[in-house]
Amino acid sequence: MIAAHINGTIRQVETGTTIFNLVKDLDIAHKKIALEINGEIIPHSQFESRILQDGDQIEIVTAVGGG
Amino acid sequence: MDLLKIGTRSFESRLIIGTGKYGSFEETGHAIQESGAEIVTVAIRRTNLGQNSSEANLLDFIDLDHTTLLPNTAGCYTSDEAIRTLRLARELLDGHDLVKLEVLGDPQTLFPNVSETLVAAEQLVKDGFQVMVYTSDDPIVAKQLEDLGCVAIMPLASLIGSGMGILNPWNLSIIIENLKVPVIVDAGVGTASDAVIAMELGCDAVLMNTAIAAAQDPIMMARAMKNAVQAGRDAFRAGRMPKNLYHASPSSPTAGMMPPSSKK
Repeated sequence: MIAAHINGTIRQVETGTTIFNLVKDLDIAHKKIALEINGEIIPHSQFESRILQDGDQIEIVTAVGGG
Repeated sequence: MDLLKIGTRSFESRLIIGTGKYGSFEETGHAIQESGAEIVTVAIRRTNLGQNSSEANLLDFIDLDHTTLLPNTAGCYTSDEAIRTLRLARELLDGHDLVKLEVLGDPQTLFPNVSETLVAAEQLVKDGFQVMVYTSDDPIVAKQLEDLGCVAIMPLASLIGSGMGILNPWNLSIIIENLKVPVIVDAGVGTASDAVIAMELGCDAVLMNTAIAAAQDPIMMARAMKNAVQAGRDAFRAGRMPKNLYHASPSSPTAGMMPPSSKK
């Protein structure tokens, strides 16, 4: 297992987890999101190939109401 | 056709509305419809994870085929935060490049930090964004932002969410006169007459959120704002009569009056 910070919360995930796996496990694969790891935006095209590393800082954002 | 041209896009409606502070997503969607707005702003925030992951999303309630989303940088206090937010927004919205930049300087007044705004604007334009920018009503800064390549300059009329209306029409007029890109009043509109005044001054559009969302009946206010923006635009284009400070001018003929009564 490795530890990843996801939207400010530490989560334990299986070693070798891809972003694709992660968003499925978080039940947000169907949602419109953008994601960055350690400040770098990860395009959706890389979700299946990018493997999480221990200590990764992951931010997942979406559009909400605002003016 | 009197189109509003912003960057490479054209719009029929000159009312842009925000999607915050509504009672529900249904109400947000209904207000957008009633307002006739073709551009609506959205904020970028962390996705809810865990127990709320199946909850509805705002985007499900917006007719995305007929609406242009305008992601904003609300809540950002540095150019770096704003740039980061809009790069994420572009990824989120599949390469969408029309954005609203706002860099705040103070949580009490939400006045813009114009020096950070200028830095962010320059970088975002270089990155290929079409930047609509919230700023103070300083004509010099407005011109600098235009010179940097922003596609619309959006001065405040009064503080964000204050509903205080158009506090400095003279500054707005100077900005409108000096700029080639659209000038859009962003922030401060409280009721329909404020929107009319902004448009009569020659603003190209009005952006508002709280004036609609915080009305007793947001849907009816959305309609009022649609009509106000249209009325103000028509009045501006029609060209108002000159003001005569000390001379009244009768509307009815002065000839053909009956003589004064001779009866004693």
